[in-house]
Amino acid sequence: MKSELQKSLKAAFPKTIPIITGYLFLGSGFGILLSAAGYPWYWTTVMAVFIYAGIGQYVAVNMLVPGLSLINVFIVQFTLNARHIFYGISMLERFNAMGKLRPYMIFTMTDETFALLCSAKAPKNVDKKWFDFFIAFLDHIYWICGCTLGGVIGALLRFDTTGIDFIMTSLFVTIIIDQWKDAKDHLPVIIGGVTSLICLLIFGADRFIIPALLALTAGLLIFRGKMEQNAAEKEEAHAE
Amino acid sequence: MLSNTAIIIYILVTAAGVFATRVFSFLLFPAGRQTPRVILFLGNALPCALMALLVVYCLKNVSIPTYPHGLPELIAIAVTAGLHLWKRSTLLSISVGTVLYMVLVQMVF
Repeated sequence: MKSELQKSLKAAFPKTIPIITGYLFLGSGFGILLSAAGYPWYWTTVMAVFIYAGIGQYVAVNMLVPGLSLINVFIVQFTLNARHIFYGISMLERFNAMGKLRPYMIFTMTDETFALLCSAKAPKNVDKKWFDFFIAFLDHIYWICGCTLGGVIGALLRFDTTGIDFIMTSLFVTIIIDQWKDAKDHLPVIIGGVTSLICLLIFGADRFIIPALLALTAGLLIFRGKMEQNAAEKEEAHAE
Repeated sequence: MLSNTAIIIYILVTAAGVFATRVFSFLLFPAGRQTPRVILFLGNALPCALMALLVVYCLKNVSIPTYPHGLPELIAIAVTAGLHLWKRSTLLSISVGTVLYMVLVQMVF
């Protein structure tokens, strides 16, 4: 049994190497951000273990203010991370077959782990379940290390951190550019930007996010026909 | 700053919000049933729309009418985007963009 686990771990580790730099970097960015907000390093570890979501944790630093509404926090986190719902759809059968490992696999399903699970296949002589588990587990460990590292760096280095929260903005800008290049249709990001700006102007900085979430979902549904038509046309052009 | 109990509650609620998205499909779509098409559509379209919302969210406190008129944000975003279009390295774009922004707000403006 023990050597079985070792074999799975040995097969899984190389697959996760590409994630190490990214998670250490983004994790420590979060840690520095939280410590710049005045919180001791161990909260970064706790959040990395129990929340384990990049964008979610970055936004969580922002929302962590006195007088916050917990219902708002839940709704914002749920909507921000709504894409996980669709990862879940594609992992239904795979995780359902994993028995006692299933809850942990569901809990640790990040963008990166999902991507790795989609592409990585266990070698023939290796237990598939434990191979998948170690991919998820190692990624989780990298994230915890990255966040903690950032928390400690932020606490040790007493430099002027004014403006460090721009790390969030620049992260989202790079994601938009990557998505823009990969996407077949640019309508969703345009709808998202326009509805958010309108809601910001109407509702103000402190209360625009929930209206914006509703408005952009409505906007997407209104233009659904148009987008599906675009997709169909692209496919046709591709076929010709 | 919040008390430790408040932080723990906050972390639990945040974690619950995130976990709810991860477990959602497993509760809603038992094995073997067809997923509604509108859900699949939103799954494709939402991530892009949400990123635009997040950028607006990050910039929500920038005031254009008052000095420095959102210039540090504009410059840093332009450099981040330009660098990313050129080199396609997330780590590089974010590092340069953030350091540049910190320099701009601390020393220039």
